[in-house]
Amino acid sequence: MASFIANTPADVEAMLKTIGVSSIDELFADIKRSHAPKSFNIPAGKSEFEVTGHIARLAAKNAAGLIPFIGGGYYDHFIPAAVTALISRGEFATAYTPYQPECSQGTLQALYEYQSAVCTLTGMEVTNASLYDGGTALYEAAMMAARLTGRHKIIMDGGVSPIYRKILKTYTSNLHYEFTETPVVHGQSDRGQIMKLLDNDTAAVILQNPNFFGAIDDHADIAAKAHEQGALVIQSIYPVALGLLKTPGEMDVDIVTGEGQSLGLPLNFGGPYLGIIATRKKFIRAMPGRIVGQTVDKNGKRCFVNTLQAREQHIRREKATSNICTNVSLCAVQSLIYMSLLGKEGLKELAQLNLDKAEFARREIEKVPGVAVKRSSPTFNEFTVVLPKDASRVVEAMIAKGFAAGFPLGQYYPGMENYMIVAVTEKRTKEEILAYVKSLKEILCN
Amino acid sequence: MQLVFEKSVSGKRGYRNPASDVGHLASIPGKYQREQECGLPEVSELDVVRHFTLLSQQNFSVDTQFYPLGSCTMKYNPKFTERIAQMPEFAGLHPLLPQLKQGEKLAQGALEVLYEMEQLLCAITGMDNFTMQPLAGAHGELTGVMMMAAYHKAKGNKKKYIIIPDSAHGTNPATAAIAGYEIISVPSDKHGVMSLDELKKNLSDEVAGLMITCPDTHGIFHSQIDEIARLVHSVDGLMYYDGANLNAVLGRFRPGDVGFDVMHINLHKTFSTPHGGGGPGSGPVGVTKKLVPYLPVSRVIKRADGTCALNYDYPDSIGYIASFYGNFGIILRAYAYILLLGKEGLKETTDHAVLNANYIRGRLKDHFELAYDRLCMHEAVFSASRQAKRGVHALDIAKFLIDEGIHPPTVYFPLTVKESIMVEPTESESRQTIDHFIEVMLKIDELSKTQPEAVTDRPRSTPVSRPDEVKAARDVNTNYFGKG
Repeated sequence: MASFIANTPADVEAMLKTIGVSSIDELFADIKRSHAPKSFNIPAGKSEFEVTGHIARLAAKNAAGLIPFIGGGYYDHFIPAAVTALISRGEFATAYTPYQPECSQGTLQALYEYQSAVCTLTGMEVTNASLYDGGTALYEAAMMAARLTGRHKIIMDGGVSPIYRKILKTYTSNLHYEFTETPVVHGQSDRGQIMKLLDNDTAAVILQNPNFFGAIDDHADIAAKAHEQGALVIQSIYPVALGLLKTPGEMDVDIVTGEGQSLGLPLNFGGPYLGIIATRKKFIRAMPGRIVGQTVDKNGKRCFVNTLQAREQHIRREKATSNICTNVSLCAVQSLIYMSLLGKEGLKELAQLNLDKAEFARREIEKVPGVAVKRSSPTFNEFTVVLPKDASRVVEAMIAKGFAAGFPLGQYYPGMENYMIVAVTEKRTKEEILAYVKSLKEILCN
Repeated sequence: MQLVFEKSVSGKRGYRNPASDVGHLASIPGKYQREQECGLPEVSELDVVRHFTLLSQQNFSVDTQFYPLGSCTMKYNPKFTERIAQMPEFAGLHPLLPQLKQGEKLAQGALEVLYEMEQLLCAITGMDNFTMQPLAGAHGELTGVMMMAAYHKAKGNKKKYIIIPDSAHGTNPATAAIAGYEIISVPSDKHGVMSLDELKKNLSDEVAGLMITCPDTHGIFHSQIDEIARLVHSVDGLMYYDGANLNAVLGRFRPGDVGFDVMHINLHKTFSTPHGGGGPGSGPVGVTKKLVPYLPVSRVIKRADGTCALNYDYPDSIGYIASFYGNFGIILRAYAYILLLGKEGLKETTDHAVLNANYIRGRLKDHFELAYDRLCMHEAVFSASRQAKRGVHALDIAKFLIDEGIHPPTVYFPLTVKESIMVEPTESESRQTIDHFIEVMLKIDELSKTQPEAVTDRPRSTPVSRPDEVKAARDVNTNYFGKG
């Protein structure tokens, strides 16, 4: 029905004449008749009104009313209206990769500012203009560490998101890497095991803070030991937590990755998200993805360009550091707008608010008979709860009461069927938390 | 323009957090606390709004300018898809919900979108199945090549090489190398397409497959694509279709019909989702039956009762390639776009994309050398070699166009064409817009003869002109806080 064609029939006629053909079909002469589609079974077009209605009906089939206490690396934070309004501007949204800096200074400066914000947030020296998401960023970091060290062994902490660990295994299955996973002890990284495994074949130790169970840690001792062996430390982070937590820079981490969704991006059923990667300045040439740098123009005026492009696929082809081309620039700018609105005090306060709400929920949940909350290590806004029965069934029952109560661990950690992780962001009110606890009590005590 | 950090004034706030309704209950123990202050800017909401609005105005974009950036398909991105993507039932949906027990009920609408989109893409391309997971085109390529590797491994094939035409995008060789293959680059023939003779010379039992863009980056469709497929299959190689240029063939050609085994689509190109200044994109991968077992998990299935669910139980799957189900917000926009256009609209899209490109080719070919003098598909590739002899290079032409309010075409790519200018007008531009572009190009050609310095001294209208890229790479400054 509608398509976005702007030529009138008279235009088409004149254009065909200019080209010197008599029909549009003639333009497709290189496609042999025998190569015409065997079928093309697409429904007839519809109006904007009809398509919007159809998709609104599909939207209504999602459970939108559930009160979320589910995280697992992806969190329900509030997004100020100014974020959405600014990022919706066509000048940002409908531009492309800033190949021509003179007509892309908006995107380029915003990405330079984004890079600066990520550096100050993580305490690292350099970052790039984004990767796809937290999971693929971790894979890129592992490859980067292997390139930098020329080694093949990777030690993986069991507290790293199980989803990320699965992604890493897929990508390296045809390559010659050796993964060893170390278990989590009392919620934190198993130092004894990691230190024992670290040797001069180790490319990297991969850690996460807070880890999948919600525990926070200080990995400075692991970093020191790894560096003694010439290995690198990779840490996956949760950016909002860095409002309060010791930064990877302060722990002497070599490569930082993270899922940037919490910085003003909607949950969006899994994407688009924001892949963060940051590192030391001396490793910048081994880092994948686009990097924006400051320079001056021919009149000496400060400006911004894509830089160090000799690492990238469009220049180096099969010798590139990565195959990444399109990244998630718009999401990076979105997170920058969010970080600018919050500012340094706002981010600190936001982190504290998450911490307080989670502590309140933790104390209330602990009061439910038969329920234990893991307290062996400090946590941020997510924590591990041990239930008297199968957590997946409890979570199922809680859905009927209007709550996404948490994420059961059994599916990714065999033997932990009675465990779940519960996330509490600043959006959860005291009333919601108390109602949650009341429902949990009803389910467990009946 | 000042940086947002330079506008910071201590004590200013752009957003106020709610007060805690539970009081102050916890602190991070000292050893786990950050010591160094985070340097995020302190600015008001109006400061932020003004800063980013002004920044945005320093961009050219499809919404504001003609943007014939070859190989990127910068078509109009309809606004209704933005509103759809913001529907809270989708935008607020947590990706772990369907992984809960009976959780597919909580995300039924979203799972249906994914399933229906897979079906639509199968119908458009002639493939048998799709995964919507890859997060961009290059991510799709990697997913596809990993499936090719899994296929050869399962068959016990000893494969070492992937063949790639020299006109390919850089992502093709980069992807194949990352997946563990060596690359054989095959040159183009005098017609601008991959040479069949050179292909034959390089074929062997060690060839895992061929990655080809069709039409290629010269804007030319390889009319012997079926013969290429036959040759590659004869050594049990697999045919990879790079869907970057799919906008040229909707309703006219389906890769699955002529022997392609695996392909990716850039939804942000053909199916019109905003390019975002460099993403987010979306790169779904389609496969024919012989590669279906290797698709990544999870897969979306439709049950007998009509409901959709996630299934992870595929023992031969290559595994997880992304955290979740793809860039859902992008997939949703593309789904809405396809439904709106429908069968006829898609076909019309391709017809006018190709018509517009040939019109530019036809009107400019006497003034700018064509890379290959023949009909083209969705993009016309010129060489500025004549103008270069007069001192006006492709880069100068690009910068002059900026002063005329036109985003430059892709220049210096494909690498196979000297002084390359690659023009992709797309279907959404009108003859009037295109005529204006042509007139500016003709003016440039004229100036190159009479007054070349009037072209090389550009741009003049932009906030900055000709940044020093060498300095950027030498005195690396990528972070305001000065450490890097």
